[in-house]
Formats: sequence, structure tokens, C-alpha cells
Amino acid sequence: MIARPQLIALQILVAFALIGIWYVGSSVPIFGTYFLPKFFFSTPQDVFMRIVKMFSGTTIWKHIGITLTETMLAFVIGSLGGVVFGFWFARKPLVAAVFEPYIKMANALPRVVLAPIFMLWLGLGIWSKVALGFTLVFFIVFFNVYQGVKEVSPVVLANARMLGLNERQLFRHVYWPSALSWMFSSLHTSVGFALVGAVVGEYLGAAAGLGYLIHEAEGVFDVTGVFAGMVILAAFVLVVDAVVTQIEKRLLVWRPEATQKS
Amino acid sequence: MAAGAVALDRVTIAYPNGYEAVTAADLVVGEGEFVSLVGPTGCGKSTLLNAAAGLIAPASGEVRIFGAPLQGLNRQAGYLFQQDALMPWKNAADNVAIGLEAAGVPRADALARAQDWLTRVGLKNFGDRYPHQLSGGQKKRVAMAQMLIRDPKILLMDEPFGPLDAQTRQIMGNLLLDLWAADRKALIFVTHDLEEAIALSDRVVIMSSGPKARIIGDHRIDLPRPRNALDIRLDTRFHNIQQSIWAQLRAEVIKAYGDVA
Ligand SMILES: Nc1ncnc2c1ncn2[C@@H]1O[C@H](COP(=O)(O)OP(=O)(O)O)[C@@H](O)[C@H]1O
Ligand SMILES: [Mg+2]
Repeated sequence: MIARPQLIALQILVAFALIGIWYVGSSVPIFGTYFLPKFFFSTPQDVFMRIVKMFSGTTIWKHIGITLTETMLAFVIGSLGGVVFGFWFARKPLVAAVFEPYIKMANALPRVVLAPIFMLWLGLGIWSKVALGFTLVFFIVFFNVYQGVKEVSPVVLANARMLGLNERQLFRHVYWPSALSWMFSSLHTSVGFALVGAVVGEYLGAAAGLGYLIHEAEGVFDVTGVFAGMVILAAFVLVVDAVVTQIEKRLLVWRPEATQKS
Repeated sequence: MAAGAVALDRVTIAYPNGYEAVTAADLVVGEGEFVSLVGPTGCGKSTLLNAAAGLIAPASGEVRIFGAPLQGLNRQAGYLFQQDALMPWKNAADNVAIGLEAAGVPRADALARAQDWLTRVGLKNFGDRYPHQLSGGQKKRVAMAQMLIRDPKILLMDEPFGPLDAQTRQIMGNLLLDLWAADRKALIFVTHDLEEAIALSDRVVIMSSGPKARIIGDHRIDLPRPRNALDIRLDTRFHNIQQSIWAQLRAEVIKAYGDVA
């Protein structure tokens, strides 16, 4: 494996190379033409200035705050729902058998088609975005918890029984941690989807949020604004992902992979 | 004593797929007796132990615990599983304490007693390690402490030292002898290693190869106690016992391989 400082150096190098190509293509005429015309691609320096300008005001924080709120709500509510239903289905095979085709159908549905309906039902505020994120997060968590409860090692279970644990204690000390570990193993995916739900929802109809910002800029062919919004969104995703990684490390100390990765 | 701690009375065990693993097994393990169950791999040793633990019900025959027919789980028994059975999400101390916690002992007390037990099995400073941070031998030590902390009257151990290297096996054998000698419990010790069985036990019971495995030999081991599982192997009496049992076991092993070939 490559050492960490070297890795970071290489990663920064890639960023510089890409920005360099972008800069040359959009700002340096070659044989009198620009490879990446400004109207379609903007320029790195313009995008940078735009971001600086956005952050000199306070409205950008309002947009970030809204997107973050929607993401968190979708994640928390979706996870709660997924955990409850995952447990219920895993412990009641009849319920699981009856609902299986419906769950599969609902999960196969592309969520974007639901967005207008949610807006109709819940308005243009944050709740229609939360609902969209919920439909994405719920199924990820649901399937993982369902799997986690069903795939508890029979030996660990038999051992716990022999140690005198009753049903309630088995739930708390065996099923629950096993289900949680499966849920946390999909933490990155579910937080990511909560964010996708929020941004796509904003994009399709909202008055605030990062998705709304990008959509607005696109509406007036403001490519610089679109790129600035995308860069901010990407940075936002990286920060959220880093926070999730930290939480994961805390919660999954008992896992072989968690310690090997660090 | 007459009833014995564990009595298997013509126990026959069949799996749901119709495979009859064990047929009409008779075995009485007295209180305070250390009995080893030896037989070729796949003959049904774990199956029989699971019946004694109440994890599977016999198709016919009866399991009696201190004279009373066993129904459901055997609450008087501690079980050391062949595979890793520690909860991977709990550290060593929590794994050892769980049996007491389940019985309603306050957590602080349970943890204090778990620490005592970790010390007794030689893992004083390993309480905060998770199972994946322990070696195979250390995991077995934790599992032993986990079983013993509840002070069960009967111990069932399924090839507990199976996956360990020869050196560690012998060290663990001595540890087991020390712990068992401290307050003699009825102990059924499953192994496929005849030498280990002779070195540790009062009686060695031999099973035939399956299907329909039977108990085909029952040998009393008249070696003095306290024993050292290592030194006793150099004793000529050990050698003689081994010779006579091995002669019987060999016929079974050959039969087992003959069936496969
Ligand atoms: N759940 C099961 N269903 C069907 N057959 C089984 C099952 N578990 C074990 N067996 C069979 O029963 C026999 C005895 O198994 P086991 O008691 O594990 O053997 P041992 O512990 O002596 O190695 C083997 O032939 C095995 O294949
Ligand atoms: Mg076995």
C-alpha cells in the first residue's frame, strides 16, 4: 500500500491537472480558438471568484442549512422506519412473505416520478424533499436490517441461549447489535441517498437549498453559477462523508475491517 | 450418584433430512466425572452433545439431568462450542459478564466478577479486546470464562482446543484440568484426539463412525490426579492405555474411510 502523504499528494496532483486543463482550454487561445468555450464551460478563476462572492454573503449558509436539514431528516426518519420494519419482517416470516412482492415493486420504482406527487401532497417546502429522501433511505436500511437479523450466526445465538439469555435479552444483546452493524455498513450509502433525495427534490421544485441554486443558475444559462453550485455541493458531500466515517469508526470498533482500514 | 449428572438412555437422533446420526446411545456421566467422547470426524459427537444440552431433541430415548427428564434447554449446563461463539460486538469482559447480566446481576458486579475470571484464565489485561483482536487460544480462554462464570453444574465442551496448535492445546489442557479440579463438575469433553482424551479424563468413551453411530467402548483411565497433561504422556501406563484403546479406534477409523472410498 502507498503511504498516506504520498497518496494525498497524488490526489492533489490530479485536481491540479484537471483544473489546469480546464484553465488552458477556457482561457488560453490555441490557434485562435478556445477548446472549452467560456459560455459552455466557464473558467476556473470565474467559478472560484463566484464561490468567494457567495460565501461573503450569508444566504449561501441558509441554502446549505436547508439541504443539510432535509438530508438529516430523511436519513433519521428513513433509518427509523427501515429498522422497525426490517426487524418486524425478519421476526415474522408470514408478514415478510405476504409483503415481499409489494416491497420489491415499491423499491423498483424510480423515485424521481414520485417527486411531483410529494410536492402536490406536501408543498414546495422541506417536507417534500424529506419524503423523497425517505423513500430512498428506507429501503436501504430496511433490507440491511432484515438481512442482519436473519443472518445472525446460529452458533452465537445458541451460545447466548445456553448462557441463559431470554427472548428480550437476545433481542438486545444479539439481534439488535447484529442488525445495527449491517445498518452501519450501509451508512455511507444511505446518507448519500438522503442527500440525493434532498438535492433532486430541490432541483425539481423549491425555493431554497443547493439543488435550487443550481437549478436557478441553469435557468438563466449562468454556467459559472452552475459550476459554483456543483463545487459547493461536492465539498458539502465530502464533509458529510467524513463525518459519517468518524461515526462509523466509533460505532464499529469491534469489526475487523474497521480497524484494518485506519 | 446413581442417577448421574447426565444420563443418555437409548438416545437416537435423526436430522430433519432423515439422516440418522446416532442410534441408541447409552451414557451415564457421574457428578464430578470427567468423561471424554472420542470418535472419527462426522460420527455424531457434536450431535450427541447438543442432545445433552437440549439444543436438539432425540427422536427416541431420553436425556436425564440429575435424574429428571430434560425438556427444552439444559439450564444446568454450560456449553463450549466447537466454532467461535463469542459475540463479536462485545469485548472480552462484556462477553464474560453477559451470563451474569442475563441472570439479573447488576452490571458493575458482573464486570468485576468477569475481570476475576479473565484473570483466572490468564487474560488479566485483555478485558477491552474484541474477539477479532484475540488469538484462537485467547478466544477459547474467554469462552471458558464465559461458560464458567455462571457456575453451571455440568460442562459440555465440543473440541474446544480443536483449531489450536499442539503447544497451545497442551497449555489449555492443563488450564482446563486446574479449573476443573477447583470444583469438580460433571464434564463431557468431545475430542478426536485420543491422547488428549486419555491425558485429561476419568473415562474415555468411544463412538463408532456414522451413520447410526453407536457408543462402542468405555474405558476407565486409572491415572493418578492431579495430573499434568504434558508429563502424563511420558508415563508407561499412559502408553499402555493408549495402545489398547487405539486398537479399537483404528478399526473404526478404517471403516469410516472405507465407507467414503
Ligand atoms: N443439520 C444437519 N442436518 C443433517 N445432517 C447433519 C446436520 N448436522 C450434522 N449432520 C450430520 O450428522 C453427522 C454427525 O455430525 P456431528 O455431530 O457434527 O459430527 P462430529 O461432531 O462427530 O464431527 C455428520 O455426518 C453430519 O454430516
Ligand atoms: Mg463436531
